Amino acid sequence: MTSLLAVLIDGSIYASWLFLVAAGLTVIYGVMRILNMAHGSFYAIGAYSAASLVGWYFNNGVGPAWISYLLLVGAALVAGLIVGVIVERGLLRLMYGRDEILMVIITYALLLILEDTMKIVWGVSPYFAYQPYSELGRTSLGLLKVSNYDLALVGVSALLGLGLWAWLERTNQGKVLRAMIHDREISVAMGVNVRLMFTITFVLGTTLGALAGALTAPAISVVPGIGIEVIVLAFAVVVIGGLGSIGGAAVGALLVGLSRAAAVHYAPEFELFVIYGVMSLVLAFRPEGLFGRTLARKI
Amino acid sequence: MKNNKSNFSKYLVSGVAALALSAGLASGASAAENGKFRVGIVTFLSGPAAGPFGVPSANAAKVLVEALNKGDVPAPYNKMGINGLEIEAVIIDEAGGATKQVEEYRNLVQRQKVDAVIGYVSSGDCLAIAPVAEELKTFTIAYDCGTPRLFADNADAQYMFRTGLDASVDNIGAARYLAATRPDVTRLSGIQQNYSWGQDSWADFTAAAAKLLPDAEIVEEQFPKIYQGQYGAEISALSVKRPEILHSSFWGGDMEALVLQANARGLLEDATGLLTCGEASFANYKDQAPNGMIIGARGPFGAFAPNNELNTWFKGVYNAAYDLDPVYPATKMVQAILGLKFAAENAGVADKEIPTAEQLASGIKGATFESVSGTVEMARANGHQAMQGITYGQYHYEDGKASIVNAVSFDGECVTPPEGVDAATWISEGFPGATCN
Amino acid sequence: MRFDKTEISLAAVAIACVLFGFVSPGWLIFLMTIAFAKALVVQGVVMQMRSGLVSFGQGLFYCIGGYTVGMGGQFFGIHDAIAALALGVLVAIVVAMILGLLLTRYRDIFFAMLSLAFSMILFGILVKSQSLGSTDGFNVHNWTVFGWAPEVGAGSQQTVFTMTVLSGLVIAVLIHRYTKAGIGVICEAIRENEVRVEYLGLSPRWVLYGNYVAAASVSALGGGLTALATGHVDPEMAYWTTSGEFIFIALLGGLGHVAAPFIAAIVFSVVRTYAIEFVPHTWQMILGFTLLGVIVFLPKGLWSLVSREKSGERA
Repeated sequence: MTSLLAVLIDGSIYASWLFLVAAGLTVIYGVMRILNMAHGSFYAIGAYSAASLVGWYFNNGVGPAWISYLLLVGAALVAGLIVGVIVERGLLRLMYGRDEILMVIITYALLLILEDTMKIVWGVSPYFAYQPYSELGRTSLGLLKVSNYDLALVGVSALLGLGLWAWLERTNQGKVLRAMIHDREISVAMGVNVRLMFTITFVLGTTLGALAGALTAPAISVVPGIGIEVIVLAFAVVVIGGLGSIGGAAVGALLVGLSRAAAVHYAPEFELFVIYGVMSLVLAFRPEGLFGRTLARKI
Repeated sequence: MKNNKSNFSKYLVSGVAALALSAGLASGASAAENGKFRVGIVTFLSGPAAGPFGVPSANAAKVLVEALNKGDVPAPYNKMGINGLEIEAVIIDEAGGATKQVEEYRNLVQRQKVDAVIGYVSSGDCLAIAPVAEELKTFTIAYDCGTPRLFADNADAQYMFRTGLDASVDNIGAARYLAATRPDVTRLSGIQQNYSWGQDSWADFTAAAAKLLPDAEIVEEQFPKIYQGQYGAEISALSVKRPEILHSSFWGGDMEALVLQANARGLLEDATGLLTCGEASFANYKDQAPNGMIIGARGPFGAFAPNNELNTWFKGVYNAAYDLDPVYPATKMVQAILGLKFAAENAGVADKEIPTAEQLASGIKGATFESVSGTVEMARANGHQAMQGITYGQYHYEDGKASIVNAVSFDGECVTPPEGVDAATWISEGFPGATCN
Repeated sequence: MRFDKTEISLAAVAIACVLFGFVSPGWLIFLMTIAFAKALVVQGVVMQMRSGLVSFGQGLFYCIGGYTVGMGGQFFGIHDAIAALALGVLVAIVVAMILGLLLTRYRDIFFAMLSLAFSMILFGILVKSQSLGSTDGFNVHNWTVFGWAPEVGAGSQQTVFTMTVLSGLVIAVLIHRYTKAGIGVICEAIRENEVRVEYLGLSPRWVLYGNYVAAASVSALGGGLTALATGHVDPEMAYWTTSGEFIFIALLGGLGHVAAPFIAAIVFSVVRTYAIEFVPHTWQMILGFTLLGVIVFLPKGLWSLVSREKSGERA
């Protein structure tokens, strides 16, 4: 019984983290048709910015701890905004209209450049921002002790998902974006300002990536390479859910998160294969992912 | 169909261009033979192993080489450079996998003409390099990698040496430390990265614990993917089994993240952590690791190194340069460079002469030399493998200062299998011939 | 059999390479051996790119080729290099025939991700296999060619190099003919418009299937040769970053010509080697900028440097 409860809790926590990481990726893909390999680097930049800012705050001041949560989010927003605008205006803008696969490779080049840029800016020593994590304490559920920060992350992730959904479904801008996801040519013909929408989307995506990194930073040691590790995970979640679908990313994250937690508790030897196993299974039966739409074939 | 007329000329152009390019490279690469002793130093400068291992090692190499070139190092290493020759270090990145490392090793030896190579943190890289070192007849010191297969797979190695200890020593030492300080524990658990290092470490530890702590059982083992960084589910799975000891061979960011998360969730209060590589993050834990957590340094290195003259000097210069105390990878790098210097000066060649690889090998094979970690005996694997003791101790943090308490050392003979016996056999037979103080 | 000019010039360059191998230093031979062996894997990637599919998991077959050669010598007593290479190709073909049934139903990014997933599953299996050395892998040595054992060192290096160049030549000629033949042209047509190919009464899926299996066999050969040259195999061969490197080289060279992957692989190795030497801390950045530079200035890859003259003629 305890372990079933543990699977549910661990699975939801992991899923909420996966969703945070995957949301930005799926938004960018949905609107811009760019599968952004550099998404992991945005995650890492968010983590580094947050860890260095929060670390600085606690090393130099005796201010109240709650400010550190604002710093965490603030660092991610600023970092995501700056990097997003620079990359979109400075690089991607020159490349629009190229082959989808070529765009993947362009973002791969970007990933290589950003990884070393981070090393130049932050070095290779670890950064820590554990205060926000340990400050919240923990909750005991029988033998199981759960970190409150992790539980809060589930809430944040759910709120963020709802917010994104409401924005896409309920606002004008969201409607324009959805129109672009459905059919770019027609929306352009209808007078949508594609350039502006692309900038907004890309910056939103990078900020989401950076936010995921910033919210993860307190629980980990921020070191080189953390971005590389999340790329494939985020890709898998997005592909399982259906590219470009926020709901799909949420379901994909839950599926992967729960399967992984179940594997850790009941069949640790399969843990290494879970993500790829789930992905292969889903794609075998739903070639476009769970919530992907089958596109009409154009002649 | 395409016009084939220009094809031939096109081909000729590209072929000639490629060959010319290569030939240009070949001729442009004769930087060697400048009268200096050139050492290739290979360690991680990028990726997750750079922070905990690679950069401290490279930094240690830089300060030591600088000091050696000035002749500033205490006796017996006060002679300038290596055998009176200025040392030139060529530092390259170990990231990228074994195939790339073999390519880079050949570049170092054949293009850059280094006189010796020191390096390799990754066991996979060590295993791939060992046969190439023999093929190219180049004196090579593996300074950190821990796989026992290094000399088991290359039994007749002539040019490959290792001045660090083999990983089975870490885990035999860990089990002995538990037997000495916590003989009544019954519930053991482990969490290891799912790759050779973690798998081998756990196999050695469980085998040794079965002999040294016969009443203890393994209640849970977890093998998360390397660099996963988040161990929520693993910590739950471990917690519900109520272990008394949590053994882990994690390192770097993974280890720091594990300690943070397991401590926040109470696992490290209920179970005592035992981290075989724990010393490498000594300065990073602060109050996030519980007092009493057992840490090791893969030998008498880093914070566990003795207070001899060499080590006191080294800690001083390292601290002056980087404002940090050296961690175990830094000590191990220094040990390897001192080993090389000892080999060169013990090779019986004239002053300011570069010894051949054979002379270097004969200079260190089976020898005993002084190092920052105390006396090193090249006493295993036909005199190619160093034998030293190992120390474990407990982390203690008080008033903003971290220290080590309850340190216990075990002699080399106590934790190292005799010559020609592999660790698994030695452990399963109950450590025959071990002499412990 | 009649050879066209391209084939004759390929052969000429190959012979020149083999001869060059006798006079060049060891490190350069090794660099070129690895580059050519990788170029064979890249040929597999390029074959699929011509039909519009990008494999993010070509490392799967690279790894299968390498491990079969290694295991053949280590566990099954197959010491003949040619036999081991052939076995590697055969295993890759069998695996590709099974996986291809599923994979050829997918296009675009789904194909890319699914091929990546299979490659990562192999990686996971190898990491779990402690008898195969897990992530440390194992060494590949003591191989022979038709019963003759080349001396360790320069001799075996020379032998692998010659074998690699000759396999490269044979594969290049075969691929050259393949792209010129009906099936190769259909592959390009599928990339342009799959539905129209169906209207012609052809089954794109089975064409892609054949192409996938052929690409797998070429890549496995590259993996086997790499194992012989390096003397070591490890699971990293199947990791997704390895497959990423193959795509990198493929784009560097471009799809314009069968020789492009070979040239691109050499350029890649040289750039990387010197980047590591001169800027050991930021060599990845150099690679990133190189890739961007090629995409911006040479959208059709390095090969467009050579063929530019011709497109000028046409215009």
